[in-house]
Amino acid sequence: MDSRIILIIGGGVAGMEAARQLFLLGYQPVIVEKSDHLGGHVAGWHKLFPDMMSASSLIETMAGGLDGVTVYLKTTVATMNRLTSGFSVVLSNGTTLLCGAILMASGFRLFDASRKEEYGYGVYDHVITNSDLEHWFNTGEDDRIPENPSHIAFVHCVGSRDLKAGNPQCSKVCCMTAIKQAIEMKEKFPGSEVWCFYMDLRLFGKKYEDFYINAQRDHGVHFVRGRVSEVSEDIDGKVILKAEDTLAGHQVKLKADLLVLMAGMLCNEETPVLASMVRADVDSDGFMRSRDNIYRINESSRPGVFFAGACTGTKTVPETVAEARAAALDIHNYLVGNG
Amino acid sequence: MVDFGFGLSKSSAVRLDQVDLSLYRKLEVLEPGVRTCMSCGSCSATCTAGPWSGMSVRKVILNLQRGKDVSAMMQNCMLCGKCSMVCPRGINTRHLILSLCRIYGERK
Repeated sequence: MDSRIILIIGGGVAGMEAARQLFLLGYQPVIVEKSDHLGGHVAGWHKLFPDMMSASSLIETMAGGLDGVTVYLKTTVATMNRLTSGFSVVLSNGTTLLCGAILMASGFRLFDASRKEEYGYGVYDHVITNSDLEHWFNTGEDDRIPENPSHIAFVHCVGSRDLKAGNPQCSKVCCMTAIKQAIEMKEKFPGSEVWCFYMDLRLFGKKYEDFYINAQRDHGVHFVRGRVSEVSEDIDGKVILKAEDTLAGHQVKLKADLLVLMAGMLCNEETPVLASMVRADVDSDGFMRSRDNIYRINESSRPGVFFAGACTGTKTVPETVAEARAAALDIHNYLVGNG
Repeated sequence: MVDFGFGLSKSSAVRLDQVDLSLYRKLEVLEPGVRTCMSCGSCSATCTAGPWSGMSVRKVILNLQRGKDVSAMMQNCMLCGKCSMVCPRGINTRHLILSLCRIYGERK
C-alpha cells in the first residue's frame, strides 16, 4: 500500500472523528461531505442526551481537531475503482484521489414523516417532527408551534418498527429523544400537559432510565401505551389523536395544540450506489452490511473498505464516535499489513 | 326529531384532554411515588386479593390517571403490603392505597 490518503465519505460525527484519529496516526484523511457543513444531523440538533451537551459545541470541538485534514464540502463521490493496490476515486468537483482505503461514514436519513399520512405531517398546522423541534430549540422559528400549548403529544415509532412503511427495525434513539424533548417542552411550558404515545419504551443506554423516571416524577409527563392510529384536525386547528390505551383496553382521544412525530432513522439513499461502486454489500434493512454484527462491524466484505457510524444501522452519538475510532485503527492495521 | 327507531350511543372513548384528574392530583401530593408507575403489573401479580376480587394497584393507578372512580376496586384491598415489596420502582403502594382511602374519606 503506497497511498496514505484515506477517503472518508461523510462529514458527520463518524467521519470527523475517524479523520482526526487517522490524521493522528499519520495518514492523510480526505472528508467528502455532500452538504455545506460538517457535523451531519448532529449539527442541526440542540442538546444531546444523556448529558444535555450542546450539539453545536460538540461539533465545534470535533471540527477543531481537523486541522490538516482535507475537507471537501458540497462534494460527492462520482466513481470509485479498485486498483491492484488501493483505490482510484473521482469526486464531483473533479478531484482525483489515489487512496489506500475507503471509510464509509455516510450515515442515515430521517424518515419522511409525511409518508405516514394518517398523522398529517405537512397537512395539519400543528404537526412537527423531532428534528423540527430541535431546529426550533435552536432558532425559535417555527410557526407551527403555538405560543402557550396546553396539551403537547409525542408519537413514538413514526416510520420505525413499521413493515408497511418499509422500515421494520427499531430506530432505537427516538424513545430517549422523545423523553428528552418531552422534558424540554415541560420546562418551556410548565403549565402544559405532555403525552407520550408509545408501543414499548426502549431505554437501553446509560442514564436513559433516569430520564424516564425524571419525566414521570419531576415533570409529570404522561405515558400512554398504544400506537396512535389516526390524527385529525378540528375547526380551531387543533390536532385530535386517536389511540387505544392498551393497558386499560380503552379507546382514548386527545385534543392537542402540538403534535411531535418521532421520525425514525433510515439508510441513506446513496447507500446502494456507494456500495455498488466498491462492490460492498447492502444488508436486508437497507444499511451497509458489515462482515458480521458482533466482531467486525467496521469491516465490509471487501478489503480496504470500512464502515463507521449509522451507515450500518441506527446508532447513538457515543456509539458512532466509538466506531469511528475503531474504524481508524482497523484501517491502520489493514494498511500496515496487520489486518 | 324524526324517530328512526334507534338511538346514537355516546362515544366510550376517554378524552385525555378532558379527564377529571382532581383525585389523581391529590394523590400525587400525598404519595408522589404514584407518578413513577410504569404499569409493569408486578403489584397485581402478587396481590392476594386480586384473583378473586379484581383488585389491582396497577389498574387503580391507571384508572385514576384516566379520571375514573376506583373506590369499588379499592374496597377489596386487604392492606397486606405485598405489592410494596415487589414494586421495582419502590412505590409505597400500601401508603398509596391508604392515601387514596383518606382522599375518598374526605370527599364524603
